[in-house]
This record gives sequence, C-alpha cells and structure tokens, in this order.
Amino acid sequence: MSELDDLRRTLPMVGAEPAILDDTRIAHVVVQGHHILSHRTVPGLRVEMEERPDAIVGKLIVEAGAQIAQPIHMCFGLAHPTGVQQIKIDVQICEEAQARVLSHCLFPFAKAAEHRMQAVMEIGPGASLQYTEGHYHGPHGGMQVLPHATIKIGRGARYFSDFSLLSGSVGKLDIDYLVEVEEEGLAELNAKIFAHKTDHIVLKEAVMLLGERSRSLIKTRVVLEDQAQAEITGITEAYAKGARGHVDCMEIVQGQAHASAIPIVRVFHPEAKVTHEAAIGSVDKKELETLMARGLNPEQAVELIVSGILR
Amino acid sequence: MSTPLLDIQQLSFEVDRQRILDRLDLAIQPGEIHALLGANGSGKTTLAYVLMGCEGYVPSEGRMLFNGTDLLSLKMHERARLGLTLAWQEPARFEGVTVREYLSLGKPDCDPEPALRQVGLDPERYLNRRVDKSLSGGERHRIELASVLSMMPKLAILDEPSAGIDMLSINHIIGIIRAVKAAGGSVLLITHQEEVALIADRASQLCAGRIIFSGSPREAVDHFRRRTCVRCDGEVCNYVRA
Repeated sequence: MSELDDLRRTLPMVGAEPAILDDTRIAHVVVQGHHILSHRTVPGLRVEMEERPDAIVGKLIVEAGAQIAQPIHMCFGLAHPTGVQQIKIDVQICEEAQARVLSHCLFPFAKAAEHRMQAVMEIGPGASLQYTEGHYHGPHGGMQVLPHATIKIGRGARYFSDFSLLSGSVGKLDIDYLVEVEEEGLAELNAKIFAHKTDHIVLKEAVMLLGERSRSLIKTRVVLEDQAQAEITGITEAYAKGARGHVDCMEIVQGQAHASAIPIVRVFHPEAKVTHEAAIGSVDKKELETLMARGLNPEQAVELIVSGILR
Repeated sequence: MSTPLLDIQQLSFEVDRQRILDRLDLAIQPGEIHALLGANGSGKTTLAYVLMGCEGYVPSEGRMLFNGTDLLSLKMHERARLGLTLAWQEPARFEGVTVREYLSLGKPDCDPEPALRQVGLDPERYLNRRVDKSLSGGERHRIELASVLSMMPKLAILDEPSAGIDMLSINHIIGIIRAVKAAGGSVLLITHQEEVALIADRASQLCAGRIIFSGSPREAVDHFRRRTCVRCDGEVCNYVRA
C-alpha cells in the first residue's frame, strides 16, 4: 500500500472524506514527511511547492478577484512513529479574492515525532480566507506540534480560523500566532482542544488592531483531563479609532489537570475598546444539576457539557 | 383522599445553624397543581432544591416520600428517573447544546416539536439553535418549560415559571402547567404571579420555612396579601416561631 493510500485512510479522523483527493474540482496538496505525494490546482489558484531535504517550502496564491468555490485541502502527515516534518509556507489571498482552506494534520502513529509549521499569510484588501485546521495525533502522546504563523489582514479583509484537536492525544502543542488587522479588517480565531494524560498545550494568539474600525475575536475552548496542562494566552492590542476586540477563553479542568488563562488587552486609542472574559474550572455546577434533574447521571451530564463546549 | 404523590413530613434544612426550612409539612396529590406562595426569603426555592437533591441541600431532619420512596437516599438523577424534575428560576445556558438535544435529554427517541409549540416557539426556528447566551431570558425560560413537558414528569417543580416572560405569553405558561396535569403529572408551582397561582387546585403559603396556610388558591392569595412575616418585611404575620 502506498504512502498516499495510508494517508487517505486516516482522513476520516479529522472529518474529511478520502474521495476529496479524487475530485477534479477540488484543489489539494498532500505532503508526507518532506515528500509531496499529490497536488492539484484549480483556476484562480497557484500552488508552488518544493521538496527540500529538511523542509517543504511553498506558496499558495489565490489570484485577485478569484473566488475558489470548493475548499482547498492541505494534508500533512507522517507515516512513521518517528521523524520530523517542517513546512514553510506563504499564503497570499490577493485583493477581493475568497478562499477556504481545510488543513488536515495527521500523525496517527507518532511516538516521538515533530511537525513544525512556519506560515506567513497575507489577506489582501477586501479578500476573505476561512482557514480550518483539524489535527489527529494518534493515541500515544508522542507528537510535538509547533505551528507558528504571522497573518496580515488588509483593509476590509476577513480572516476566520478554526483550530481543532478533539480526538486522540495531543502530545505537545505550541501554537504561536500573530495577527495584524488593517482598517475595517476582521479577524476571528477559534481554537478547540481536548487534552488527556500528560498532554501539554501552550497556545498564544496575539491580535494587533492597527486600522480604524478593525475588529477581532479570540475564542478558545480547552478541556483537560488526567494530568494534562495548558497555558493559554490571548492578546489583543488596539491602536486605532473604532477598533473593537474581544478575548474569550474557557477551560474545563478535570482530574489532576491544570490550566492557566492569560488574557492581555491593551488599548492605545481613546476610541478603541477591547474586552475579555476567561473562565477556568470544573464543569459548571448549575449546568450539571440541570442535566441531572432531567435524568442524566453525572458522567452523561459532564460528557454532554464538554462535547457542547468543544463543538 | 388518595395516598399523596409527595409527602413531606417535618422537613428542616439549616445553613450555618439558621433554619431555612422549619419542620415543614406538605402533601401533593397525584394530578394536583399546588401553588406555593411566600415572600422573598421564605424558603420556596430552598424547598425546591432540597426536594430535587441539589448539592449542599441535605435536610437536617424530616422525610420526603415520593410515591412511597424516601428521596433522601437518592441522588439527583435517580430522583429524576423516578419522575421528579425541577425547572430553575434562572435556567443554565449550555454552549454548543442544541434545543433539540436539550428537549430530548435521556430520551433520544422523543419528538421535541410538540413541547416547543406548547410554549409558543416555532420548532423550525428554534430546534437547531443553541441553548446558550444567544437566547433571550424569556426564550430560555420557555425552553426550560418545554424540556420539563417533554420529560412528562410525575411531579414538576416549577420555580417562578413566569419570571421574565411577557404578559402576553403567560397563557403559554399556564398551558404548559395544564399540559403536565393533563398527562397525569403533578406540579409544585412556585410563583409570585397571582393569575398563575389561581390556576392551581390548591395553594399554600410558606413563611419562615413553614407552611402557615393551605387552602384554595383564592384563599391563599388573599392570605398572602394580608400577612407577611417578620423575616421578610418587618411586619407581623400569624406565624410565631416556637
């Protein structure tokens, strides 16, 4: 069985259908380790990827005014329990273009492996990018994932990201995103993570609201059990008139797990406003009792509350 | 009179040695709507929490027999599975949980639409909405009542079911209460709203943790209007703590 077949079989772990790789209307890039196994482009999209011994280096460009109807699928994986994958990618969504990217990061056999992503994304004036990133790291907890990105959102542009890691073990996850938003731009960053055993999460998302009437939301939902640890930092700085930002972090801690949430908000203009809310704790008692008063036992009630938060 | 569905005998509950429920006696018959009146702080909501078995609400003395079973030894979900439930005065919000799921709790095959219609909410608009902060207080309250109805309990404790509901929608609330009764259930109706209390079969006034009056809803409402309690309003009622 080929490496491509192996990777196709794991796509359902992040909710994707293997058939997407056969559909000629859907663009994709499939990378295993430092090898490009498959790629396809569609009109309005340019994909330039290069294999190097120590990294995959590439560009993904959506041309000005192009509207890519189907999501662009990017699959990254490691077929072996050990190894390193490093991706360096520039994403450019040119003026008034629109695209959705579904990034599937699949490391089902990882026991001592590492995935590094260094991304620079530029979303041009009036453009829109919806970036959904689903991870599956297998059951062993031996994966280290370090995605670092700088995202520049142009005037009137929109950026929505949705990171999820909900099944299997996380291992070590260190996310570091810096987002800069120009005039009337919008950034919405969502992250949902379910951590178990000795998983360790460091999540740092910083948004700089540079332009007038720029807006942002950082929303994080993390559930921790066993001995898992998380340190979540959501930073929003507002520098211009009418800028609005909000940081919303909720962490549910069970067992011996522990968590910290650090919302940092700074405002450098009298007509800007940034708000934050952070909650860490066990499952809300009133929610629990409400469900138990309908006949759910404590385990069923916790499961429903947790699954709701991570949706 | 038949055997009570709920038979509360000499029930007391204390917080920091202060008696919130004081040797309270109350019986509710099968199929009965029983209104419970009382000023703020008289112990109405505490009684609801003690009956349901909420954490920290363990009585210091007395018995609570539900269909002949002593509730005291049962956990909250076990009480619910016997047919007892509670609709909170300020219902919790659930991120990510849909109205459809919420109305089908513990009963995956249940059709949630009739209950939603009964509270005046359009299933097409509401079933896929989340039971979260996006709902107004009134909407959330109605969904709480719909979830009680879809559970078809033997006894529903409704704590201020009309709180936050506009006057024009009170009839939906009254409809829900009557629907529980029509399905063979009983209701312990905690309310301040006279027109809601008057639909009850019987009513009692709670004062300083004790039932001080039971009778017809009209009599109980009149009694409540005339008399208040030292603990509540600084005026003297006919209950004098022994």
